[in-house]
Amino acid sequence: MSVAVKLTNVVKRFGELEVLKGVSFEINSGEVVALIGQSGSGKSTALRCINQLETIQGGSIEVCGHRVEDPKLDVRALRRDIGMVFQSYNLFPHMTVAQNIMLALRRVKGMRKDEAYEVAKPVLAKVGLSEKIDSYPEQLSGGQQQRVAIARSLAMQPKVMLFDEVTSALDPKLTGEVLRVMEDLARGGMTMIVVTHEMGFAKRAANRVIYMHTGKVWETGGADILSNPQTPELKEFMAEEL
Amino acid sequence: MHYQFDFGALLPYWQSFLSGALTTIEITVFSVIIGLGIGIACAIARRSQVAVLRAVVGVYIEAVRNTPFIVQIFFIFFGLSSVGIRMPIIAASVFAMVINVGAYTAEIVRAGMDSIHPSQIEAAQALGLSKFQIYRDIIMLPAIERVYPSLSSQFILMMLATSICSQISAEELTGVANNIQSNTFRSLETYFVVALLYIAITYLMRAAFFGLGLIAFPRRRRLGLGV
Repeated sequence: MSVAVKLTNVVKRFGELEVLKGVSFEINSGEVVALIGQSGSGKSTALRCINQLETIQGGSIEVCGHRVEDPKLDVRALRRDIGMVFQSYNLFPHMTVAQNIMLALRRVKGMRKDEAYEVAKPVLAKVGLSEKIDSYPEQLSGGQQQRVAIARSLAMQPKVMLFDEVTSALDPKLTGEVLRVMEDLARGGMTMIVVTHEMGFAKRAANRVIYMHTGKVWETGGADILSNPQTPELKEFMAEEL
Repeated sequence: MHYQFDFGALLPYWQSFLSGALTTIEITVFSVIIGLGIGIACAIARRSQVAVLRAVVGVYIEAVRNTPFIVQIFFIFFGLSSVGIRMPIIAASVFAMVINVGAYTAEIVRAGMDSIHPSQIEAAQALGLSKFQIYRDIIMLPAIERVYPSLSSQFILMMLATSICSQISAEELTGVANNIQSNTFRSLETYFVVALLYIAITYLMRAAFFGLGLIAFPRRRRLGLGV
C-alpha cells in the first residue's frame, strides 16, 4: 500500500505558542483515519497543515508526492489533490448549490459550464441532494449544507479528503445524515483523515485512530484502542466523551 | 410679503434646464463608473500585503476624505493649469469627481471585503482557487452586496456634489440655473425648478440602483430579500 500522507516531526507555532510539538504519522492510500483528542490538542491544526492552510515551522509533510514545506511547492497543485470539509460548511452564500460545486471544476480544472454541470449532478446525487441543485445555501438545513460541501470537494476527485469536525455544528439527526455520507465514502475506498468527536463514527468507519494530546501523537492503533485505551490520558478522554 | 411668482419667465429656458440636467447626469455616470473601478482597485490595494502599496493608497484616501470637494476641483482646474496641465471644463469636472468618488468608494468597498469571513477564503483556497479568482468569485460580489446601500447613497451624494462643478463654470444644472436667474432675476423660481430637477435625478438614480441590484444579486431576487 502506498503512503498518501506522511507527517514527520511537524512543528507548528502561533507566535510563542507551540501547537504541534513534533507530530509524526503516516496514512496509506484508501485508509480512513480518525484524528481525536481534546480541544487544543492540535488535531485541527495538524489537518490544516496538510493542505497548507497553516505553514509549518519544522519537520516535513508529504502528500501524494508534494513536499508541503518546500518553498517551491505549487500550492494549487497540492490543493487539487486534497479535498477539505469544514466545521462551518463554508458554502459560498451568493452561489446556488450547482454553482458552488461547479466553481472549482471550471476555475481550477478549466471545464466548460456544461461539462462541470454534468460532473456536479451525479456527485450531488451521491450525497442525496439532487433536488436541491438550484437552491441557495441558506435555503438548506445545516446537514444538507454540509453534504453539499462534501459534494463540492468530491467533485474535484481529490486523492485525500480532510474532514475538520464536520458534524460539530449539527444536531444528532443531521449529524447522522452527514456521517452516513462519510461512511459511504469510506466504503468506496477514499483516503480520509477525519478530525472528530464522534466516537461511534470512529469505531464504525475508521481503520485506524490517532489520539493527539498536548500537541503530540499520544496513542495510535486500530479502532479497538477506543474501547481498550493504553494510556491514562486516552482512558480519561474516552470517559469524558461518553 | 408680496411676491408675485412668475414661472412663465423661465419657460423660454426649458432647454437650458434640460441640458443642464443631462450634463449633471453625464458627469455623474462617468465619474461613478470610473470611480467605482478605482475604488475597488484601491480597496484591494489597502488589503494587500505590500506595505508601500497600502501606504500610498492610504495617503490618497486620507487626502481626499479630509479636504472639501471645492478645494479639490480648484486644485485640479486652476492649480494644475498653472503648471501647464489644462483640461476642458467637463473633463476637469469628471476628473475631480473620479478622484473623489474613488476614495470614498475604496473605504466603503474595503469595509465590505473585510466583512467576508476568512473561512470563505479558506474554503476557496482549499479548492485550489488562485488569489485573483478568490477576489473575483468569492469576495467581490458578496462584499459589494453588503455595502450596496452605502455605496448607492454615496453615489447620490456625489451627484448632488456635481453642483460644485458650476464653480469652474461647468454648464451643469446649478451652473445653468445661475445663468438663468441672472438673466431673468427670477432666482426663487429658478432654484425651485432646479431643486425639483435634483430630486427627480435622485429618484432616477435610486430606481437605477434598485434595477442594477436585482440584476447583480440574483440570490436576493430569488429569496425575496429586496436590494
